[in-house]
Amino acid sequence: MSAPVQQEVVIRVENLRTGFGDFIVHENVSFEIRRGEVFAILGGSGCGKTVLLKHMIGLYRPLGGRVLISGEDIATAQGERRLAILRRFGVMYQLGALFGNMTLLENIRLPLEEYTSLPDDAMDLLAETKLRLVNLGGAGHLTPSEISGGMMKRAAIARAMALDPDIVFLDEPSGGLDPVTSAELDQLVLRLSKSLGITFVVITHELPSIFGIADRCIMLDKRVKGIIAEGRPADLRDHSPNPRVRQFFNREAENEVEAGSAA
Amino acid sequence: MASLALHEADGGATIALGGRLDAYSVGPLWSTARAALASHPRTRLTVDCRAVDYCDGAGVALLLDMLRQPRPAGAEVRIDGLAERFRNLLDQFDPKSFAESAPARPRRSFIERVGIAGTEFWADLRGQIAFVGEATAALAYALRHPHMLRWRDILYVAEEAGVNALPIVALIGFLMGVILAFQSAIAMKQFGAEIFVANLLSLSILRELGPLMTAILLAGRSGAAFAAEIGTMKVNQEIDALTTMGLDPVKFLVVTRVLAATAMTVPLVVFSDLIGLVGGALVMLTFEIPIATYYKQAVSFATMTDFMGGLAKSVVFGVLIAGIGCLRGLQTETGASAVGISATNAVVSGIILIVFVDGVFAVVYYYLGI
Repeated sequence: MSAPVQQEVVIRVENLRTGFGDFIVHENVSFEIRRGEVFAILGGSGCGKTVLLKHMIGLYRPLGGRVLISGEDIATAQGERRLAILRRFGVMYQLGALFGNMTLLENIRLPLEEYTSLPDDAMDLLAETKLRLVNLGGAGHLTPSEISGGMMKRAAIARAMALDPDIVFLDEPSGGLDPVTSAELDQLVLRLSKSLGITFVVITHELPSIFGIADRCIMLDKRVKGIIAEGRPADLRDHSPNPRVRQFFNREAENEVEAGSAA
Repeated sequence: MASLALHEADGGATIALGGRLDAYSVGPLWSTARAALASHPRTRLTVDCRAVDYCDGAGVALLLDMLRQPRPAGAEVRIDGLAERFRNLLDQFDPKSFAESAPARPRRSFIERVGIAGTEFWADLRGQIAFVGEATAALAYALRHPHMLRWRDILYVAEEAGVNALPIVALIGFLMGVILAFQSAIAMKQFGAEIFVANLLSLSILRELGPLMTAILLAGRSGAAFAAEIGTMKVNQEIDALTTMGLDPVKFLVVTRVLAATAMTVPLVVFSDLIGLVGGALVMLTFEIPIATYYKQAVSFATMTDFMGGLAKSVVFGVLIAGIGCLRGLQTETGASAVGISATNAVVSGIILIVFVDGVFAVVYYYLGI
């Protein structure tokens, strides 16, 4: 069964130029993400994956170019329109970013309390179902300081999905997770994208996860300050003309290839 | 939008759900659905979902809520006609495993809470005593081996906690002198005794108010900063990193801060004393007492012993403020709110200690005849 990827574009990044002061991170980055897709953003450390993500979710303003979410520019939207865009997506941050003074259940309840008219015990039930989705059933009464790093990531994913947004951004969801939990997480992403048509934008380094879930990916590189490859992960691994891309997908050290090409 | 309709039939009732079931639309339906279930306690209920065209986690939660209600045999709730892709979402949960309401954290009895508070107080006291010992040992070691100290860190803390505190210390010191002079001068004027305001000001500022106000300011400024900085380091595992590098956090962080803050407290108090007296002199000018007269009166009344007594106190205050700030920082638990709690505790404990020690000094000075 293939994912019901439609042609409708939900996120469009146009000629994005990002950076801090004189330090340019990305130059002329453009790509599209379609509804229902699991889209991976790849690249070596320091190539600006998280910076790109923060521009896509409106935390940073681009130096040039635009990020359109369902056709609306997130950087210039104000007031109610900005809120409406923000409600369309959920974000799981790299370190979880759970609120330390709340229990896990309260963390997930927070968006429900603020944005919906659900009765009190309905919010508890809904939050508990989200926790069970990430295998944290019954852990709702714990606070973030009482749980492990892996549990924190999973709870953060549960919170990102509290309102069942159209788009979920995951910043390194499987970093620090054991292989079993990581595989379960992949299945969860696939199941949600197939049954609900949720679009996932995933930043990841995990090769098995990339091949397992990503419909398409882009690969960033800091030397060109932009995208060096775009397409299906398996195609890029086998057919990319760029040695650095093949290197990444085949998990080879940089000097191996250089030595190989020099020989 | 979502819709809900209740149809009665011979064998039971049907709840027809339709439209888009998401977190925003199911809220208004929820209580209606509950009421429909409650009004048919003994008949079979069918939830007809054929008209549902979207059902996400919130919709699934609504269905689960209906399924989990305890109902007698023969009166079960049945979900009918839910599209396969939504059915899959529903089937991953067992409705009966969701208890009606999650168990709350166990409440503790009054006696238990008293016991816990007592144990915590005792543990905190022990922690403070142990810390005083550790810090004293570390300070003594540092004084015997001054070349081992990290002078760059000390100078940095001295600038941060001392030099940068000058404006606020000056402001409060000046204000204190002005207010004190003005209030007492009005009263003394009735007896033509304005000149004695100089006596009052010099004695109270040098002995008591200068050191005390400066210490309280530093507790709020530097004590809280030390606690927050060390607390954040603890949350970020930087303290762990120091420990595994074989560097004692007390030696590395506490000694530098205590030395720098103590060294800076004394000049800050001198500064605060001076500017307080200057403030008083300016006020006295408006009561037609020239600065030279004011100065002579103050100097002839207050002695060097008063001044040095105040400075001796300020050394102790400096040690206490920096020490308690570092201790509260090291005691930080995990999480963002823990850092805030540590900073608060540092200020509160700092001020309590200052007031307590100031009282002790008053008694000691009294018996020594200072």
